Amino acid sequence: MELFGVIITGIGVMFLFLGNLGILRLPDVYNRIQAGTKCTTLGAFLTIIGVGIMQPAWLWKCLLIALFVLVTNPISSHAIARGSHKSGVPLCDRSVVDKSEEFEKYKERE
Amino acid sequence: MSETIVLIFLAIIALGIFLSFLRMLFGPTASDRAVAVDTITTTVVALLVLLGFVFKRYVYLDVSLVYSVLAFVGLVALARFLEKGI
Repeated sequence: MELFGVIITGIGVMFLFLGNLGILRLPDVYNRIQAGTKCTTLGAFLTIIGVGIMQPAWLWKCLLIALFVLVTNPISSHAIARGSHKSGVPLCDRSVVDKSEEFEKYKERE
Repeated sequence: MSETIVLIFLAIIALGIFLSFLRMLFGPTASDRAVAVDTITTTVVALLVLLGFVFKRYVYLDVSLVYSVLAFVGLVALARFLEKGI
């Protein structure tokens, strides 16, 4: 049981490191939001659940923390993405489509 | 046995936090810095749970829960500020 928890925690730590690497390496704010939210949500979830498996007395509070991270992390990331698009941060030059701007033009034409 | 492996995991997480800290230092716009802070807080929540496992202290889980609540409220306020100003 202990080995199973260590393996799950290791997978989660690997996802956390790759998310932080994506924050440094990717070219654009929106790409960075994508890497930083998906990887760190799954990584934190797996890490906390792995600690709960290694220490079975802590499992319920670990489940509570993991559920809270799973609910609130996409909300804050979506709020930051919407705010930065409204305040006019440009996309990188290799982007091909901007659906949010098309939606703004569509609303103005209606 | 498992405490030694978890110490190696803590070193990997510290390296990742350093990479995000570089982006927070050199980010071109304010949104880059906000995204870097978001990633750092989610990583620190997992790091506090791992520290509680190494030190065998139950209190670290409470610290982690309160830290995640405060980080969520602060980031939503920061996004509100980025959108239309205070």
